[in-house]
Amino acid sequence: MSELIFELSQKGRCASAQVPHVVNDKIDIPLEWLRQDIPVLPETSELQVVRHFTRLSRRNFSIDTQFYPLGSCTMKYNPRGVHRVAMLDGFLNRHPLALEMNSQGYMECAYELQEILKAVTGMKGVSLTPMAGAQGEFAGVAMIRAYHRSRNDLARTEILVPDAAHGTNPASAAQCGYKVREIPTDVEGNVDVEALRAAVGPQTAGIMLTNPSTLGVFEQQIQEIAKVMHQAGGLLYYDGANLNAILGKVRPGDMGFDVMHINLHKTFATPHGGGGPGGGPVAVSERLIPFLPMPTVTKTTEGFYRWLTEEDCPQTIGRLSAFMGNAGIILRAYAYARLLGKEGMHRIAEYATLNANYLSMRLKQAGFKLAYPTRRASHEFIITLKNEAKEWQITALDVAKRLLDYDFHAPTMYFPLLVPECLLIEPTETESKQMLDAFADVLIKIMHEAKTNPELLKNAPYYLPVRRLDEVRAARELDLVYKADAEKVVAE
Amino acid sequence: MPFIPHTEQDVKDMLAAMGAASIDQLFDEIPASLRVKDLPPIPSQLTEMELSRLMRERAAKDVNTLNFIGAGAYEHHIPAAVWDVTSRGEFLTAYTPYQAEASQGTLQLLYEYQTMMASLMSLDVSNASLYDGGSSLAEAVLMAARTHRKNKTHRILMPATVHPLYRQVVKTIVSQQDIEIVEIPYDPATGKTSIAVLEKMTKENLTALVIPQPNFFGVLEDVDALTHWAHAQNALVIGVVNPLAMALLKPPGQWGKNGADIACGEGQPLGVPLASGGPYYGFLCCKQEHVRQLPGRIVGRTVDQSGKQGFVLTLQAREQHIRRAKATSNICTNQGLLVTASTIHMSLLGPTGLRKTALVCHQNLCALREKLSKLDGVRPLFSSHLFHEIVVELKQPVESVLTELAKNKIQAGFNLKKYYPELGNALLICVTETKTPEDLDLFVSQLHDVLRGLAHV
Repeated sequence: MSELIFELSQKGRCASAQVPHVVNDKIDIPLEWLRQDIPVLPETSELQVVRHFTRLSRRNFSIDTQFYPLGSCTMKYNPRGVHRVAMLDGFLNRHPLALEMNSQGYMECAYELQEILKAVTGMKGVSLTPMAGAQGEFAGVAMIRAYHRSRNDLARTEILVPDAAHGTNPASAAQCGYKVREIPTDVEGNVDVEALRAAVGPQTAGIMLTNPSTLGVFEQQIQEIAKVMHQAGGLLYYDGANLNAILGKVRPGDMGFDVMHINLHKTFATPHGGGGPGGGPVAVSERLIPFLPMPTVTKTTEGFYRWLTEEDCPQTIGRLSAFMGNAGIILRAYAYARLLGKEGMHRIAEYATLNANYLSMRLKQAGFKLAYPTRRASHEFIITLKNEAKEWQITALDVAKRLLDYDFHAPTMYFPLLVPECLLIEPTETESKQMLDAFADVLIKIMHEAKTNPELLKNAPYYLPVRRLDEVRAARELDLVYKADAEKVVAE
Repeated sequence: MPFIPHTEQDVKDMLAAMGAASIDQLFDEIPASLRVKDLPPIPSQLTEMELSRLMRERAAKDVNTLNFIGAGAYEHHIPAAVWDVTSRGEFLTAYTPYQAEASQGTLQLLYEYQTMMASLMSLDVSNASLYDGGSSLAEAVLMAARTHRKNKTHRILMPATVHPLYRQVVKTIVSQQDIEIVEIPYDPATGKTSIAVLEKMTKENLTALVIPQPNFFGVLEDVDALTHWAHAQNALVIGVVNPLAMALLKPPGQWGKNGADIACGEGQPLGVPLASGGPYYGFLCCKQEHVRQLPGRIVGRTVDQSGKQGFVLTLQAREQHIRRAKATSNICTNQGLLVTASTIHMSLLGPTGLRKTALVCHQNLCALREKLSKLDGVRPLFSSHLFHEIVVELKQPVESVLTELAKNKIQAGFNLKKYYPELGNALLICVTETKTPEDLDLFVSQLHDVLRGLAHV
């Protein structure tokens, strides 16, 4: 049982070493504009705070403590050296609106990252400002829209999205004011090109694709898809969530994509922080450069770095953040890219793919059903527990929860939506063969438990800080903030 | 190989087990014509030691001298414990808490954060964060439009005293939908938004009024009167506020008779370093009745199957991974780690510490105002109550003054010329609790010297 920090609170206590000296109570603000009540913040000592949050941290699974094969999330090792250099004083204390003459160190890193991202994506322009993948998607679709509008092509009101796409794809397209039309997937896990051909027309603004797709297979007809789209006057958006699978091996620019985002917190190893921050730079082909979100960094012939803003690029879609995006994440991604260097980029895709294929082979041999058994896995793959569910009345959720008992984070569950009872498994390149074998052994053991004692799975987990949680109750009896008198806020 | 643990023997064994001849063979489904032959120039790999040296050299170029720039990012003391604990791998390297039982640390922390932030704003509920202050205002505007169902098209009144970069972000994000943003000019004498000006606006399809507190000029707005006016027009009120200031000033939930409906803003002043502008985090709070329109992750308290307290992500039917094109927002990854830092920061300072910090910021600003008002060639522009910042008009071009002072290791403030050309040579100066009386004296005497020097050029 971990009490809430508010339950440690005692009136009049404060971590006073942290509070500035107050010499007098002089205040030049009328009384009626001042706060009269005391906000519900804990009154605790420094030790209580440090102990409370250290204890909370120990109730988390993380990459640093567990294997975390969460499909589509690329939970690879986040190098410590990278974290440390991003926390250097000069970077940490630089004000975002400092003069350019006082910002050359940061700007040089940002500029060079822009160049590295162009090189590995095969694109011609980069803006680092989007703060996460979804914001990159928004920026990308907004650029597609701006491009069509600049040509006075106003009839394009539709964005196509494969049914296997991440939920952010249709949500981002909708936020840009587009109608979303789904394209089905064929039995081999590829986009149904005939259905695509039938769907495109003068109303088509573009398509959003992940390649390899969320099904963990490479979209083999990508060149044909690009041809169909471009002939119809639409553009291709590359969702970079799965870039780890092809880094240094194949480039979205060469596949015919016009615009894409890169998840720095996946492919470029920046930590995910329990939900964020991320980084979602966008990269574009030549024709979309005028629309890139601002600011970006440019280098003058004298070697001075300066910001490009709305004045320099009047056709820009605008700004996505008050300043220049998640600078600290940009620094970490840059540092990581320098540690890999040219020699290291392609190894990412190679070893991520090796690990996924090895693990899928081991599971297949043990009798698990792969969703696409005839295909090569990319950096991730899907198993479906459809048969096990029928036979032993267990679900993918039960298996996931039981994995937690064995000290493994669960794979992504029930995504993509079109594969029933599925687990999407992405081991990443930073895991060893020993770890993959241990994980496979545990999954095999859990299947044995399912056969002999399915109840064991249905009630898992047993060894975590809490047992299985009641999500229905959480949504029905909303309790979103602590109330000292313990009265629950009941919805509606 | 950096970060790849495989030995040669491992690779051999793995390939043999699969019956593959080489790693390259695993890419055989990719058309050969697409395969990269050679990447364009990327620098060669560095060791950690070489990287550290390179980055130290770069960081040293970003001279962080005595800083008086605010304009949306504020320098405050951050207790050592904040980032020591936040940087623990269990917080740093966890993913979004989809597996609740394996994420109780992050989830409980977010529940505690929601409680603190909602209470600081004096509103009922808070989400678990958005990207930054600018994008949180954009989401607040979209949320207001979803909430105000009576209006088919929406007009949002946006004072010119709202951070100009926030206004640009709002424009980028909401311009794709049927929402019109109407800019409200400020009163040139006070630097505030006035009811008289609002009264002249068309009141049709009025969905919301945005109220900044303090506003971009550091001026305090008449939040009660503005809130009252907006509610009388049947419009929602969106407060965009500095969260630290809300420990001292009347918070959005207490504005006017009924309180603001939505509060949003930049969480950076609560334990997040300046860090070149990010990662920061945006906060978003609202009244209970609007909770289903709140975008982003929300954590709820519940029980496990043995009746023990636990925490989960809740109301997920609002979100993109369930609702797809009909979601309240496309946001997925947020700024969880910064919220972790802020929660620890607020816990250390508590209500008294936060209030005292805000009070000293205000007192230091008053002290600087007094010193500046005695200075030749410097004129405070607005006769109003202030927090954090002050606008002064200089006799000399601001750009030259900033450059000269930067040579003397002082970052003197933010040049308003680009966004408020009508104010002439106007400079926005920020003072927080980090400045001593000696710092203020040094600033004033250096400013004096530079102004005199430039006058004689």
